[in-house]
Amino acid sequence: MNVLVFLIPISLGLGGLGILAFVWTLKSHQYDDPSGDAARILAEDDVCRK
Amino acid sequence: MMAACPACAAAPAALELAQTANAIQLSVPSVRCAACISAIESHLAQVQGVVSARVNLTQKRVQIVTDLPASKMVEALKQVGYDAYPLDSRALANDVDAEGRNLLMRMGVAGFAMMNVMLLSVAVWSGASGATRDLFHLISAMIAIPMVLYAAQPFFQNACSALKVGRLNMDVPISLAILLASGMSLFETLMGGEHAYFDAALSLTFFLLIGRYLEHRTRSAAHSAAKELAALEAHTAERRTETGSETVPIEALKVGDVVLVASGMRVPADGLLVTPQGITDRSLLTGESEPVSHAAFDQLHAGEFNLAGPIGVKVSAVGQDTRLHQIARLVETAENARNRYTSLADRAAQIYAPAVHLLALVTFAGWFFWTQDVRHALNIAIAVLIITCPCALGLAVPAVSTAAISRLYRLGFLVKSGTALERLAEVKTIVMDKTGTLTSPDFSFDLSDFGAQDLRIAKALAQVSAHPLSQALNTYLSDHTPAELTDLREENGCGVLGVFGQTPVALGKADWIGAGDTGLCLKIGDDVHALPFQEPLRTGVPEMVQGLQTSAFKLQVLSGDTQAKTRKLANALGLSRFRSEISPEDKSAYIEGITDKAQFPCMIGDGLNDTVALASAHASIAPGAALDAARNAADVIVIDDTMEKIPQVFAISRKAVALSRQNFGIAIAYNAVAVPIAILGYATPLAAALAMSLSSITVLINAARVGYGK
Repeated sequence: MNVLVFLIPISLGLGGLGILAFVWTLKSHQYDDPSGDAARILAEDDVCRK
Repeated sequence: MMAACPACAAAPAALELAQTANAIQLSVPSVRCAACISAIESHLAQVQGVVSARVNLTQKRVQIVTDLPASKMVEALKQVGYDAYPLDSRALANDVDAEGRNLLMRMGVAGFAMMNVMLLSVAVWSGASGATRDLFHLISAMIAIPMVLYAAQPFFQNACSALKVGRLNMDVPISLAILLASGMSLFETLMGGEHAYFDAALSLTFFLLIGRYLEHRTRSAAHSAAKELAALEAHTAERRTETGSETVPIEALKVGDVVLVASGMRVPADGLLVTPQGITDRSLLTGESEPVSHAAFDQLHAGEFNLAGPIGVKVSAVGQDTRLHQIARLVETAENARNRYTSLADRAAQIYAPAVHLLALVTFAGWFFWTQDVRHALNIAIAVLIITCPCALGLAVPAVSTAAISRLYRLGFLVKSGTALERLAEVKTIVMDKTGTLTSPDFSFDLSDFGAQDLRIAKALAQVSAHPLSQALNTYLSDHTPAELTDLREENGCGVLGVFGQTPVALGKADWIGAGDTGLCLKIGDDVHALPFQEPLRTGVPEMVQGLQTSAFKLQVLSGDTQAKTRKLANALGLSRFRSEISPEDKSAYIEGITDKAQFPCMIGDGLNDTVALASAHASIAPGAALDAARNAADVIVIDDTMEKIPQVFAISRKAVALSRQNFGIAIAYNAVAVPIAILGYATPLAAALAMSLSSITVLINAARVGYGK
């Protein structure tokens, strides 16, 4: 059961990382234009610049 | 830190300056794909004076940061083949979707917390015991308690505001279940108990937030599209000043101001005509289809369309005194009545919430008397609350209406109100306005009885006058070369005179020429020919009428126009029921009469004379070209003016309501199985988690069916 000492903090850390990533995507307006972003992946790189 | 060189020091300042430049919003309905985005953005990037341009494909808009006027940008987009319409930034002012992002954030937080707690719970379910189980429960509590308190706030707030006014809504049992489950589980954890429901509390929050977010997104999409329609119209007027004219907002107008109305513009306020003559189209106000001629000092109303040359209007009423405002007040009263409509979900909640609370209470009392163990009885009562919690119910309605509304949006319909689908599904009678709704504002002529020379004379006379009917005739006869006439002279508001060779000829109103009473006539020598004209039907109207008739709706035309014209149109469409020459108040009284007979009328109309009827009808539809006030009062707006698809609106609404009911059925079936298990005390956290996820997923999949099929 000693393995839990590592595994629990690691799993909690990964979960926290996921939530931080989610907060970042939200703060950087990545959900404002979902269909536009889906289309932009097909465009030339220089047009995609924000 | 100091910048090393002047350029570096200037650069951030320049950037700041650029951001304060004007941001222009253009609506570009034809953007569809990646190629459109790059075409528009790369083209605009080359235009001098444009700081940045970004396309939003979801909203079909372009935001341009520039100092140039919007008209220049419209031109620039025209060069690459896109029609753009400037949006009034004032009307769009608060278009930032803060609430949506807030809900999304709570949903994300609840989702991540749920996954982590579920991970720990799986370990407990698969056999962790003793100190390990207690540790896992403790870690779960540390994650779950703060997350629940943060994420479930929308439910708590709604429940609070409902309880304050002494009502029960769906959010009351939800909040109670979430709070009791978390609180009791915390207590059990500290006491080293066996069952903790942290995962249930979190997944409840998560699933319900999905439903809440879906609901919000549909509403805000409809809201911002409706706002965009409003922003397409300039809410400004051109006021005459001593030196020329200035553009002012309509609210800034005062009685006595003189406003200039260019050709093809709407009269911004009620007032008197100060130019010697003018011709306007009042079809949006009264339903009359023929243009109306005015002489100086005639009364004009806000919303009339100036058809001829520029006119001046001396404002005689503003704000609350205008006709528009009087109508708006009637609309408000009518809408209040409609807002009392109780939606399917609310009706379900009114039965559901008390039943659930009663059931939990009875369970608690029963177990308490049987075992005398408060803790055990409370645990079982909470299990009952969790199992019966309207997770599937909270998802069922929003999921179906989201799917149905987005399908209607793809078909070109904008559904503005949340309960509109349910009301549309109940409609039995459809009442239609004539002018502007069934007919389009052009004219077509029946000239089969005329010889080539007559037509050439008609053309020569028609091209002299600026009257809209003459203009229409002129365009209609574009294949003919005009005859050579002498002594051409226009009599204002009546017609045109001329001489062909030796014969006097005239074109004008029938009563002026001296034959018949209405319509347009051509006089050559002593021969008088009537020029029969009719308003063409809007595209798709015959198909719409046919579609509605096959669906067994009762159809009825209500028009402010003349008896003869309404009859003609009704006959052309094969409609037997019509009424003509009726006022806006009559229209709404008629609608109320039908409502009283439980015939659930749906009004389709576009003008100010329809507005009160639109608001008082059980449901209402307005074409996109309708007057602002009419669009505001309607539940559904036809964006692409695709009238032939209107029968589908009713079909999809009915399907959506049927699916909602089915989803309620599914949720009840789940409860019927799970509730006895919970009451008997056999429900474990694992069973609760399974029942909850399965029922939620079933209703979601069932809801998606509305988006498919024919």
